Amino acid sequence: MADGHKLEIFRGLVKFKSNTQKIWGVLAFLTFVTAIEVVLGIYKPAGLVETHVLGMKLLNWIFIILTLVKAYYIAWDFMHLRDEKSSLRRAIVWTPVFLVIYLSFILLVEGDYIYNVYKDGFMAWNF
Amino acid sequence: MDTTVTTGVKENVWGGGNRPLGASYGKLMMWFFLVSDALTFSGFLAAYGFSRFKFMDIWPIADEVFTHVPFFHGNYPMIYVAFMTFILIMSSVTMVLAVDAGHKMKQKAVIWYMFATIIGGAIFVGSQAWEWATFIKGDYGAIETKGGRILQFVNAETGERVALADFAKTIPSERVDHERKNGIWFYGETALPSFSVNEVVAGFKANPDILIRTETIGEDGHKTLLTRQESLDKLSDASQVVEGANLIHNEYGSRLFADFFFFITGFHGFHVFSGVVINLIIFFNVVLGTYEKRGHYEMVEKVGLYWHFVDLVWVFVFTFFYLV
Repeated sequence: MADGHKLEIFRGLVKFKSNTQKIWGVLAFLTFVTAIEVVLGIYKPAGLVETHVLGMKLLNWIFIILTLVKAYYIAWDFMHLRDEKSSLRRAIVWTPVFLVIYLSFILLVEGDYIYNVYKDGFMAWNF
Repeated sequence: MDTTVTTGVKENVWGGGNRPLGASYGKLMMWFFLVSDALTFSGFLAAYGFSRFKFMDIWPIADEVFTHVPFFHGNYPMIYVAFMTFILIMSSVTMVLAVDAGHKMKQKAVIWYMFATIIGGAIFVGSQAWEWATFIKGDYGAIETKGGRILQFVNAETGERVALADFAKTIPSERVDHERKNGIWFYGETALPSFSVNEVVAGFKANPDILIRTETIGEDGHKTLLTRQESLDKLSDASQVVEGANLIHNEYGSRLFADFFFFITGFHGFHVFSGVVINLIIFFNVVLGTYEKRGHYEMVEKVGLYWHFVDLVWVFVFTFFYLV
């Protein structure tokens, strides 16, 4: 395993000379992404807040996508998934991904439904 | 690296020598555990999403809740959580470096990197404890209505939050804490808030430049401010004074917000804590030379997987609790 590290990230755009260098490179990238998130979170640019995509603010979509990007690099480079066999990688990644998408779809749709019941129902919660 | 015994004869596909996933037993089991743990956390976060969608227009705004930094006064939303995130990512990096040094059989380097990882984990757990303490203590105080909604107070001119202590009147009253030692012994009571509802209402009436802010989020993404007259009307629904947060009441808004905060960050904090403990055990093993004798540092790699997982979960908690 000591020699089996794949040293390319960004689909081969960046190639590191050693595993240690790759680790620092990934750290720099993760810090950069976190910094973007924090700056966006503090300033909340009006254009991103007002635009809605698929019922959610564009800003929130950006946060979720950046989170998935970070998760990818933590799992692939810190947890060495990049160096594992693709069968192991698929078993580990796709099982939760499938189940999580399924669960969040059901719960969020249900939550939205209850929100509308509260909003348009005959009872008002104004006391 | 193998925990299975191989006989040394030529191994065929069904003879037990086949390793379809190319990973040792221990590593596979760690991965199985992490997958199941990931699903547990996903369940919590999905439940959080459910409650949040359910109360979409009255949910507290995280930026207005987590605004403190230790040793500094003032309003710094996000800064401290960002720092905590960075600490955790940093300790993840020292962990990979320890694993990397382990592959190269450098005992000294593994010791130092493990040590740095443990320190990082301890700083994170400490920060989380501080965050909890600040959250529980609260800062402005609020009024809860009969319907369980939270009313906060805002200065009409500056638009800044006003603490109850800044305007509430002191009205002498005879209501004292009910203590077990001089009341009914099986009936306890949490400490009374610093002010009674009557004191807050009287103080509000005496200060014409204070308005009430409701939980409702308006079109512009801010909480709705009531006019002076609406505020006075709203106060007639007041039922109790809330300072800080517990599992039943909190001054920040929806009760579920505090419940999920305690539950999710608590569960994650417990993972970090147990990660630090496991790291410590492995650290001492490295110092004692256990893995040097064994000939490989795979235990460091396995505990590293757990540690990165904790970091991975935090990335999601950070997004869904503090950013979105």
